Amino acid sequence: MVKFSIRALNIWFDAVHALKNVTMDITANEVLSIIGPANSGKTAFLRMLNRLNELSENFRMSGEVKLSRGNIKDMDTELLRKRVGMVFALPLPLPLSIFGNVAYGIKMHGIKNEKRQREIIKQALKQAYLWEEVKDRLDESAFKLSGGQQQRLCIARTLALKPDVILFDEPCSGLDPISTAKVEEAMLRLKTDYTIVLVTNNVKQAARVGDKTAFFLSGELVEIDKTDKIFTTPTDKRTDGYIRGKFG
Amino acid sequence: MRKFREFFIEKLILICGLAAIFFVVLIFLFLLKEGLSVFGTVSPLKFLLGKSWYPISEPAQLGILPLILGSLLVTLGAAAISIPIGVACAVYIAEIAPLKIKEVLKSGIELLAAIPSVVLGFIGMVTLVPWVKSMFHLPTGLTALSGSIMLAFMAMPTIVSIAEDALYSVPKSYKEGALALGATHWQAIYRVILPAASSGILAAVMLGIGRVIGETMAVMMITGNAAVIPQSILVPIRTLTATIAAEMGEAVVGSEHYFALFAVGIVLFVMSFAINVTADLFLHKKK
Ligand SMILES: Nc1ncnc2c1ncn2[C@@H]1O[C@H](COP(=O)(O)OP(=O)(O)OP(=O)(O)O)[C@@H](O)[C@H]1O
Ligand SMILES: [Mg+2]
Repeated sequence: MVKFSIRALNIWFDAVHALKNVTMDITANEVLSIIGPANSGKTAFLRMLNRLNELSENFRMSGEVKLSRGNIKDMDTELLRKRVGMVFALPLPLPLSIFGNVAYGIKMHGIKNEKRQREIIKQALKQAYLWEEVKDRLDESAFKLSGGQQQRLCIARTLALKPDVILFDEPCSGLDPISTAKVEEAMLRLKTDYTIVLVTNNVKQAARVGDKTAFFLSGELVEIDKTDKIFTTPTDKRTDGYIRGKFG
Repeated sequence: MRKFREFFIEKLILICGLAAIFFVVLIFLFLLKEGLSVFGTVSPLKFLLGKSWYPISEPAQLGILPLILGSLLVTLGAAAISIPIGVACAVYIAEIAPLKIKEVLKSGIELLAAIPSVVLGFIGMVTLVPWVKSMFHLPTGLTALSGSIMLAFMAMPTIVSIAEDALYSVPKSYKEGALALGATHWQAIYRVILPAASSGILAAVMLGIGRVIGETMAVMMITGNAAVIPQSILVPIRTLTATIAAEMGEAVVGSEHYFALFAVGIVLFVMSFAINVTADLFLHKKK
């Protein structure tokens, strides 16, 4: 089933043509990895899916993005962003307690009952593999957690909203290998219930987690295919070069 | 040669620094020495809590409670007006206003800060005072309220510009994080950006109020200068600052009155010092 369908998408920031005529589908309940060198438009693409690009005053676009058949342009941004959660490159806890961070979103979307809140928060922290580490210190400031724990907290915060899709923008770029493994494990488990789009600079990570992989280069979508296919017999020479270059 | 120059410059800077500290200490000691002498004739408690200020009657009555209450009343009034408006204005400039309006507002605020306080007092006298008088059907418009409104205008530029800085330096990522969770712009401001900037905003408020407490000329011109304990905000009052400014010229050097005015200075000094230290604490907490 197609979750996102993207047709002839172009994005500009002033004169910078950040995405060029991108057309692709994102399948539900799969992990799509997006790889590509710096400035290839990966982040811009991700931020398109939850309309976060619109925060930049110099942003313009053409083409269309549909989420389950509805054009995202016609959706309420708050509801769209609740359905399409995002985890950023740097772990970004809000200046609140651990509990407060996860509670923030659900409170905002109108869940006032405290018992209900506690249940949702516990479940979200469990899904993000963080519960055991923080269950006795929920009222401490989120900044006291390690970088890897903070990143999983951000995942939990997104999960608490029960989104359809979760966007990850290089979620492991600042993390050590063990934290990285934990985040990857969380992502693999999550795909049964969610659709996941993972932008990563780490080609091996793309290969480990992605069902499909897309390769971006200077704003163009060069190739999108099953991860196995991309990593063994890519159609485009440039994909091959990039992957080999990275493998050394 | 270069070594010598280094040495020379270093020592010069050291001397300048020491001189500055030296003069501050000197001023403070002078203030203390002159001010504390008044307590030979009145007890500190009577001085601070005495209800009447008749410095030139025989015997002189040196109670500064009316002056302290006068200062507090105008200051609180000014705070009640300037804090909500100032913070709201800072939020508008930092978060909501489009680029062009933002520039206009910022220069407007700077302009407001540049108006000398006497001028502001003068304008207040011919516009605000008659307005307050007719608005509340008072015998005179020279009231604490007029003073508060005008002082609010003086505190506002400080509050707005420092609070705006504090809001602006909240990492963009907090806002994006909140928005990505489906917060509306207002929810992000209210639940994330304001709390994150809170210590800077508090410092802004403190500095704004510090400016208000020390203000003299303008308050003297429009608050009526009646040294009585105020029963409401719609009566004339007199502040600590205005008292010193108005009476220092007439007080005989070395008289009780003269020393009492210095003691008023000490009280004022302690008040603004406390406010500045509090503001500093908040600013440093932010760092
Ligand atoms: N808000 C913005 N304003 C101006 N230009 C932007 C903005 N966001 C992105 N760009 C430009 O769009 C292009 C694509 O940027 P993008 O961040 O999507 O790259 P990326 O593939 O995510 O790179 P990286 O691997 O370094 O994160 C870049 O040239 C960048 O300078
Ligand atoms: Mg990026």
